[in-house]
Amino acid sequence: MAATEIGGVTRRSMLGAGAAVLAAPALAQTGSGAQAGASGGTTMPVTLKVNGKARQLNLDPRTTLLDALREHLHLTGSKKGCDHGQCGACTIIVDGRRINACLTLAVMHEGDEIVTIEGLGTPEKLHPMQRAFVTHDGYQCGYCTPGQICSAVAMLDEIEAGIPSHVTTDLDKVSYSDHEVRERMSGNICRCAAYSNIVAAIRDVAKANAA
Amino acid sequence: MRPFTFERATSPAQAAQAAASLQGARFIAGGTNLLDLMKLQIETPTHLIDVNPLKLDRIEPTKDGGLRIGALVRNTDLAADKRVRRDYAVLSRALLSGASGQLRNKATTAGNLLQRTRCPYFYDTTKPCNKRSPGAGCAALEGFSRNLAIMGVSDACIATHPSDMAVAMRLLDATVDVVGSDGSERSLPIADFHHLPGSTPHIETALARGELIVSVTLPKPLGGTHIYRKVRDRASYAFAVVSVAAVFGKDGDGRFAFGGIAPKPWRVAFADDAAKQGAKAVADAALAGAVTTRENAFKQDLIGRTLAAVYAEQEARP
Repeated sequence: MAATEIGGVTRRSMLGAGAAVLAAPALAQTGSGAQAGASGGTTMPVTLKVNGKARQLNLDPRTTLLDALREHLHLTGSKKGCDHGQCGACTIIVDGRRINACLTLAVMHEGDEIVTIEGLGTPEKLHPMQRAFVTHDGYQCGYCTPGQICSAVAMLDEIEAGIPSHVTTDLDKVSYSDHEVRERMSGNICRCAAYSNIVAAIRDVAKANAA
Repeated sequence: MRPFTFERATSPAQAAQAAASLQGARFIAGGTNLLDLMKLQIETPTHLIDVNPLKLDRIEPTKDGGLRIGALVRNTDLAADKRVRRDYAVLSRALLSGASGQLRNKATTAGNLLQRTRCPYFYDTTKPCNKRSPGAGCAALEGFSRNLAIMGVSDACIATHPSDMAVAMRLLDATVDVVGSDGSERSLPIADFHHLPGSTPHIETALARGELIVSVTLPKPLGGTHIYRKVRDRASYAFAVVSVAAVFGKDGDGRFAFGGIAPKPWRVAFADDAAKQGAKAVADAALAGAVTTRENAFKQDLIGRTLAAVYAEQEARP
């Protein structure tokens, strides 16, 4: 995508974001600041590597990574649930690690490798974790699902890397179990409570990876 | 969020100087607590200094046989470090009991120490809070106080420090290494790092304006049996109602630190002295002078029972 097109998208979504801010009573007083171009009247350039592509943006430094992805790059797979790091719906993978995209600023990720649900797989070529969630019905409404899947993919990598968890009996012997999955996925809430099917989906992928 | 300007730090001394020179400047590292509070306009910095470019993310041995942990070492990496697992298991356990996998991947060692209380009235800007607005009053004293502090409190504030990591750091007698705005360095014992509220609950640490934490240093390993036991309302991803960090020596001596009961990681020398007398004696010593509300008085019993469970776990260890 050409830089000018990205710029156009940015301006449009900035207006959209401004309207959204004004619509929220608690934040109304920041609306004018946002439109006047906060942070000393300037935006900041930042280049994010999203799903393998370098994307240049000019952002108000207040823009969270989640809002940069959703509102500026129109990658709306990552969801905004609580916007406070409590629900995990915004989970993405940055430099190989799962994080809450809502609790980090986009300008803090210059050059970072970012993978969102759109980068894991496509409807034509699903990632094995996506396929497993479909097979096991690991959702009902689906709102938490992109975060669950990104989290699950990176979580299995954490087990593979020998990173222990709260339920690991011997800190030096890290291995897959459903018990480990339940603990390690506690940062992803599913209000539909599809948890047992989510664990089944993750178990399938873990087994396939081990085979 | 209120508007702010943003810069990327180039050296610890530069960052400290920049922070000292501008009223309203704050450092940002993981951002998991600061951005949370900025969205609620509880924190309203006018300038953010991103310290992530400083690469203070190494864990290195010290000449005294300890470990120097860079301020930016992520909670996940600290908990998983081989040396920490082997020699400071109580620290690994404490870290792993905190937050979620996503947050531990982002949260830093220094940021964890500096995180602010989760007192519901601190978070509720419609209620008075002496931490948020000095002199405003404390809504927690007569409010929902079940999860608030019983030790070290004042009539201005009964907030708890929420960290698990800091409890283990306190147990291990870590020191906090800082750089000041003039480039000078100093180290503070973690015992002196967090302030009790007294009449100034808004002053939470001993850091001077602009001072930047660059590392946290652990003394040489204690050996012994390391246990961190956390009691909470959910099985995972919840703050402690109470927690106990303990290291037991072979001869039955022990040391203890407590989370969820005080405005700072709580440790009492008399409690360590009582180790050989068992859980009740340790609890009595640790909780001498407790000030409770109707809702949180149960934490006294819970500390005793959690200590009993810690002793049982220690006895069951090979």
